[in-house]
Amino acid sequence: MSPILFYFFAALSLIFGIAVIANRNPVASALSLVVSFLGLAALFVGLDAYFIAVIQVLVYAGAVMVLFLFIIMLLDLKAEERRKINLFAYVGGGIVTAGFVVELWFVLQKFDLGKTGFPPLAAKGVDDVRNVGNVLFLTHNLPFQVIGILILVATIGVVVLSKRELK
Amino acid sequence: MDTQTNLARFILLAPLAIAVCIQLFCRKNHSLSAKLSVVFVCLTFVAAVFVFFGPDSTPPGEPWLDFGPAFRVPIGLAVDHLSKIMLLIVTGIGSLVQIYSLVYMGEDESKARYFGNMSFFMFSMLGIVLANNFVMMFIFWELVGVSSYLLIGHWFTREAAAAAANKAFITNRIGDFGFMIGILMFWSASGTFVFSEMQAALPTLTLSAGFLTTTVLLIFCGAVGKSAQIPLHVWLPDAMEGPTPVSALIHAATMVAAGVYMLARVSFLIALSADAQLVIAAIGATTALFAALVATQQDDIKRILAYSTLSQLGYMIMAIGLKAEGAAIFHLFTHAFFKALLFLGAGAIIHALHHEQDIWKMGGLAKRMKWTFYTFAAGTLALTGCPGLSGFFSKDTILVAAYNNNLWFFVPALVTAFLTAYYMARLCVVVFFGKARTETAAHGHDGPIAMTGPLVILGVLSVIAGYNTAGYFISGPAESVNWIVTILAISAFVGGALSGLFLYWGQSTDPILIPALKKKLYIDELYAALIAGSQDLLASIAGWFDKWILDGVIVRGLSSGAWGLGFVLRFFQFGNLQAYAFLFGVGVVAMIYLLVFR
Amino acid sequence: MSLTLNHYLFVSGLLFAIGFAGVILRRNIIIIFMSLELMLNAANLSLVAFSRFNLTADGLPNYNAQILVFFIITVAAAEVAVGLAIIVALFRARHTVHVEDITSLKF
Repeated sequence: MSPILFYFFAALSLIFGIAVIANRNPVASALSLVVSFLGLAALFVGLDAYFIAVIQVLVYAGAVMVLFLFIIMLLDLKAEERRKINLFAYVGGGIVTAGFVVELWFVLQKFDLGKTGFPPLAAKGVDDVRNVGNVLFLTHNLPFQVIGILILVATIGVVVLSKRELK
Repeated sequence: MDTQTNLARFILLAPLAIAVCIQLFCRKNHSLSAKLSVVFVCLTFVAAVFVFFGPDSTPPGEPWLDFGPAFRVPIGLAVDHLSKIMLLIVTGIGSLVQIYSLVYMGEDESKARYFGNMSFFMFSMLGIVLANNFVMMFIFWELVGVSSYLLIGHWFTREAAAAAANKAFITNRIGDFGFMIGILMFWSASGTFVFSEMQAALPTLTLSAGFLTTTVLLIFCGAVGKSAQIPLHVWLPDAMEGPTPVSALIHAATMVAAGVYMLARVSFLIALSADAQLVIAAIGATTALFAALVATQQDDIKRILAYSTLSQLGYMIMAIGLKAEGAAIFHLFTHAFFKALLFLGAGAIIHALHHEQDIWKMGGLAKRMKWTFYTFAAGTLALTGCPGLSGFFSKDTILVAAYNNNLWFFVPALVTAFLTAYYMARLCVVVFFGKARTETAAHGHDGPIAMTGPLVILGVLSVIAGYNTAGYFISGPAESVNWIVTILAISAFVGGALSGLFLYWGQSTDPILIPALKKKLYIDELYAALIAGSQDLLASIAGWFDKWILDGVIVRGLSSGAWGLGFVLRFFQFGNLQAYAFLFGVGVVAMIYLLVFR
Repeated sequence: MSLTLNHYLFVSGLLFAIGFAGVILRRNIIIIFMSLELMLNAANLSLVAFSRFNLTADGLPNYNAQILVFFIITVAAAEVAVGLAIIVALFRARHTVHVEDITSLKF
């Protein structure tokens, strides 16, 4: 992937990520998150992970965020009013986050292995779906089945949790 | 199975059978119990006479406890030179005392219990005499202590009697503690408990002098307790709370002599340690002198005789320590007769004067109680060493042994002889001569034949038992008479008797008053203070420990610690989700720092 | 300059930090939930980058990491469903989505 595209899509993700946390309107936050996910999907494509990119768009942007928006509208959330700012929380959170970023920089400086470029693939345009499917169903079949049951359990749980009390 | 062993078994077991029989079946029938007991004890005396004139018999005995060759305790009866004479003494005096008790305890309401306990005592004492090994002797030693407790506390509703019984038993137990350790030490050295095997094994063992001295002294502890030597003598005067026949039998003739008998049995062990012999002789001499001094100031007739017993036991123990076991047993033999006689005579007086025991309330009884007076006088002369009577001969042998060994022992022995004559003269003068001091004394009279008969028999024996009998006890060629000792002894006797007579003739109260001696040198008070003091100290330390350490530090400390820790940790429960997330973040940043950059 | 693994890791880390800041600083529980999703995606990005970086013997990416991403997406979807159901139930009980109003477990 050419560096320019990388920087563009990376910036997209990051800026809209900041928009998620900075917006007062929850709907705006949700939509910013969708854009951020799209940026990420583009980055996945640049890394030759086509299947994962499509799954990202389908599931995350298509299902999860839709669910979020449904709930926001169900709860009829308005934009947040300004409450008094808890200075301690802001300063503390800011310090921890800044500390984390600084640490990240220095750790990556030490990570010599990561300073090399990506090795080239064997063929241009791999058959991603077939390969991922092979690995998923052959090597990781059991976790796959378990995931299925997990989703079933989640579904049942959601149904139970959202029942209203019978009058 | 030879006749001797069978007779010995009968002698040992008949009293036990009678005791069990009385306890189980005849508790209500008092006269039957009394008669059974008396008949059987006389039968055991007859059997003892047969045994005496028969040959020695020391079979190895039936196995009882057998844990391999290292630990074997048989049940065996040893009929030999030493035990035959003791059998005669124990059964003979036992029979006379029981016949006497028929009258003395005639109106007692627990006669059956008394005779049952008496028979049980006979069984235990005969067990000590006949035992052929240390463990069996120890078992019967303890049984004798139990019998003594039961008999001293016969009138247990009286608090003084119950306390005296406890005192006797506990003091005995203190001595027995050392005794047991000594037995085990000897067993560890020689591998056996049986006396004959021990004696045979001794030449082959090499034992250090320290080990030998310690073991002998520990075994001597048992004798200190049982024969009431200093410092465990305190129980004997108090034991006079029991009935007088009990005092005569147990605390004059037989049980207290058990200590001397045991030491004579293991004299081959005592001979091994010169230091132990010195200690034994010293304790014996000290006890003899101390008891004689205290006896000069007592006013209770039985107390005077009790201290006299202590004094004579001191003589016997001293003789053992001077390696003259023959002299000790000889004196034990004669002492049994005249001391039992004196006690029974005192009992006759007490019985006649309706249980009055203070000598200053008696007086002039010589005219009114003739038989009692004559026999009591014979006993007194024998005890004080009047020439020609039995006590003279036996005391002489002890004094000779002391003279030959060490003047440091001879002088106290001589002084004790002087004091013995003095206090017995005091006793006789105050009780028998002069005018009657109270109304009851004016009406005293002799008892029936069952009371005076034993007195007469014992009186005769006290006089003649010394002639030509020394040879039975003291082996070896007869030594020529030591005139110095004899003359000194006779002069001590005469001097003491005369001073007693002069000082106390015609007195109505005690002219000499030495409070320290009257109060037995305050030893009882000292012990009580020591024990009470140490117990209080222990109790207060234990209380402090319980209150501050167990309760405070351990229990409350732990609970306060848990509470305090919880109190501090509670402040971390903010209830605020984001605060928790913040703390997560802080933790993660710190971890990364520590792992990557350190 | 050519892209290296570190570039992708740095972007992933920044996304994670942004998500974390959102969790700490926002008071609307829905927004907090969305920030959580952002953190999950940051992890996904770094996984895919490593998958592309570690090639197997025949020149293909190491698909194990991509399978893991697949599972993460699935589980995150299930988690969102259940979590939002809980939030709805909470809203019905307390009539607020403001996280500072829910402090029953405070000491």
